[in-house]
Amino acid sequence: MKLANKLRQLSIAVSTVAALGIACAANAADTIKVGILHSLSGTMAISETTLKDTMLMLIEEQNKKGGLLGKKLEPVVVDPASNWPLFAEKARELIAKDKVAVVFGCWTSVSRKSVLPVFEELNSLLFYPVQYEGEESSKNVFYTGAAPNQQAIPAVDYLMGRGVKRWVLAGTDYVYPRTTNKILEAYLKAKGVAADDIMINYTPFGHSDWQSIVADIKKFGSAGKKTAVVSTINGDANVPFYKELGNQGISAENIPVIAFSVGEEELSGIDTKPLVGHLAAWNYFMSVESPENDTFIEAWHKFIKNDKRVTNDPMEAHYIGFNMWVEAVKKAGTTDSDAVAEAIMGVAVPNLSGGFSAMMPNHHITKPVLIGEIQDDGQFQIVSQTPGLVAGDAWSDYLPGSKDLIADWRKPLACGNYNVKTAKCSGQNY
Amino acid sequence: MMLRLLVTLLMLCLSSASLAAEIETGDATLDGAFEQLLDRDFEVKAQGITALAASDNPKTDALLRGILEGGLRYLTDNKRLVWVQTHADGDHAIDALSGEDYGVYTSRKFKKFALNNAMRGQIRTLLAAEELSNPDPSVRLNAVKSMLDTVQLSDAEQFSKLLEKETDPAVRKAFGSAIALAQLNTEDPKQRHTAIAALSGQLEPTVRNALNRLAQSDPDEGVRVDAATALAEIEEKVHFYGYIETLFFGLSAGSVLVLAAIGLAITFGVMGVINMAHGELIMLGAYTTYLMQQLMPEMAGLSILLSIPTAFIVSGLVGIAIERGIIHFLYGRPLETLLATFGVSLILQQLVRTVISPQNVPVSNPDFMSGLWQINPVLSLTYNRLYIFAFCLLVFAGLFFVLKFTRLGLQVRAVSQNRAMARAMGVRSARVDALTFGLGAGIAGIAGVALSQLTNVGPNLGQAYIVDSFMVVVFGGVGNLWGTLIGGLGLGIANKLMEPWTGAVLAKILVLVFIILFIQKRPRGLFPQKGRAAEG
Repeated sequence: MKLANKLRQLSIAVSTVAALGIACAANAADTIKVGILHSLSGTMAISETTLKDTMLMLIEEQNKKGGLLGKKLEPVVVDPASNWPLFAEKARELIAKDKVAVVFGCWTSVSRKSVLPVFEELNSLLFYPVQYEGEESSKNVFYTGAAPNQQAIPAVDYLMGRGVKRWVLAGTDYVYPRTTNKILEAYLKAKGVAADDIMINYTPFGHSDWQSIVADIKKFGSAGKKTAVVSTINGDANVPFYKELGNQGISAENIPVIAFSVGEEELSGIDTKPLVGHLAAWNYFMSVESPENDTFIEAWHKFIKNDKRVTNDPMEAHYIGFNMWVEAVKKAGTTDSDAVAEAIMGVAVPNLSGGFSAMMPNHHITKPVLIGEIQDDGQFQIVSQTPGLVAGDAWSDYLPGSKDLIADWRKPLACGNYNVKTAKCSGQNY
Repeated sequence: MMLRLLVTLLMLCLSSASLAAEIETGDATLDGAFEQLLDRDFEVKAQGITALAASDNPKTDALLRGILEGGLRYLTDNKRLVWVQTHADGDHAIDALSGEDYGVYTSRKFKKFALNNAMRGQIRTLLAAEELSNPDPSVRLNAVKSMLDTVQLSDAEQFSKLLEKETDPAVRKAFGSAIALAQLNTEDPKQRHTAIAALSGQLEPTVRNALNRLAQSDPDEGVRVDAATALAEIEEKVHFYGYIETLFFGLSAGSVLVLAAIGLAITFGVMGVINMAHGELIMLGAYTTYLMQQLMPEMAGLSILLSIPTAFIVSGLVGIAIERGIIHFLYGRPLETLLATFGVSLILQQLVRTVISPQNVPVSNPDFMSGLWQINPVLSLTYNRLYIFAFCLLVFAGLFFVLKFTRLGLQVRAVSQNRAMARAMGVRSARVDALTFGLGAGIAGIAGVALSQLTNVGPNLGQAYIVDSFMVVVFGGVGNLWGTLIGGLGLGIANKLMEPWTGAVLAKILVLVFIILFIQKRPRGLFPQKGRAAEG
């Protein structure tokens, strides 16, 4: 009796599941699925949750405008939990099982490197919204964050213009700071900075005891030449770093710190009074004055139901990336990866600082570079802006291995690492 | 006639120009300066500051300071320069020149002057010259010190005059250094000799740099030698203070380790429970501090003090719940305990993420914990580290007292040494287990309060400290509080001694390697427990 009961229950359950499956399949035909691959738990949840919400907002807005190609967009959210191999698994699940048309996601370079082979194997598209170290151009990835020449180099130029002669390159110990610092070191030396005037320092992820390093920076900066710190310190570790700077009495007038990973979101976790005047270089600040930005901030506050929440650069990158993808799909008339990738090159959409950003043939975009000084309310005062847009450079001109390489995905070249000296495409995928 | 027409025309032009201006003060020089200050170009803004400083308006200094500190704002509706004054009914706009009260404005209506670092430096230098004759000696001292970097030979005379009037010894000394620094640039080598003699033993970086310059490139041989000798003497002192600084850094890094580990020394050390959720108990303490600050946002200092007992109770209760609910059933099965408490740690983390926020939360430092204690120009200790070191010793002493001299402590030791015998003597071992675990957890909560002042408060706070905590307890010797203290401080110092020449990443690795080797040699740690308990 009991067994029969159980069997009956089981069969009901099975048929329900099957019915649901069919319903889903039927639904799938009417919607275009958009994959969102951002960590919602673990270390990176701090930064990535916001990007997931941004994508949901953008998709909702697009649906209000009538969707795309006459279909509604349907977000598919997965949680790779800040676990790099899990990123690859979840990416495969999104593409192969959920059949998403496109994926927006990843934050750290290591997570991007982890999903790259999956996207190339299954020929799907990824929009990557974070500033990164460059030295990469994949057929399947669109880099909407800044390459080093769109952030690091202009930042150093700005400080050089203000008489800085001695440089501390401080970073977290992983691929982005190491590559960026290598490029910056080569750049500074090319500009005539002596090796003695460059100090390079790496710290582990989440480093919290900054006493000796800050004391070292103080000593290094007391040699009578104007000194600045170029910080590629990532995420969490910034809060204790800035606190220690404040406590040891290093103000932005003595030794300014220019950061590439500190934005409004990171500052919302700290008391910014001791930090006034320290700098950050980005392609977008919440304080940018433009009608597009006002609309975006208003929409964000309404969507997240909290008008204290800030907006930041990677959010803008998703805004640009998503709109570019929408335009490209409209142009191609399909969501097929190859057709969209072909159509998206040259597409230009409004960015939030009042101009237009265009997708370049190397899968990077054009952006303005802004330098901002931290204010006591956690916002940035823009102190410098490049006169025009800067096109992202996939391969740095300052590294010996990459200065001869270019990326151009237009036919007939269609190569991510074409060597102009040997006239060969190395064929290396990523 | 013609002339008068021209003048009228000109005045019309001028008045229409001032109509277009965004700020009207009634003083044409000030209006011009502020118009430049509102320009988008920072070069023009800087010229505005110069123009403002050149104005003979008696309020100029106050205005400059207001721009620097952000208290001076302007209103767009009546174009007046105003001070913000907070009253019970809101922020009032008080005219900066006439003192008239314009009533309440919302914060968005007050427009601020945008500055950059160069301009802040410019204003500070302008103000420093005025501050040299400020009645407050500490203001004068700071003003002299801020001028040391840019001191010129031509300044010597002015400083000498001020020195004659000066009565405060510290300020006199600073004026002396400033004059000597200025005189390093004189033509006469003899005067340079005297200046070097006056500067010997001074640790200011400016002095060191100036002497270094002289030692390398002075035209006079004797001056070069003199400067080099003075420099060597100073460098020796700098090195000495450098060692003291490293020692302090080590002790403070160690005190953080001890604080994080000391709760574990009870749960793991005394009870033998591998509690992977220890880090999350610390995190709960830190979040308690955050919530206390939310409750009383105006009183950062008081809320920190109140957080200490509150965090103890919160984490302690959670600890007792974990013990009663899970660990209680798993005594004697370390692997299961490890897995179960690891599960608990994940649950607690996700709980905080869902209930509060996946983002880090801001915990502000009370004023008494910010800043530094400047002992001399090369040695300064930060207050937050000093307090946390003292706090660590206090917690250790308190815990030591509880374990050695209270009834609970006696029972804890009895149960951990011989459970069966203790039970036979009438000790309710289950209750003691719960209380012991609660005590360890509560101490972890207190550690969280301290850590909230140093590092990020976020869901991952605990994970960063769990490995370090186990490391300290195992290194110090399981079951020995002294071991935890000495072990933690020792590891902190070792880490900081290595950091300058290996870098932070390698220093951490080397410490771990050292502990692995050490444990091979002395498996029971630095201070092994002796007697029968050690065998059980």
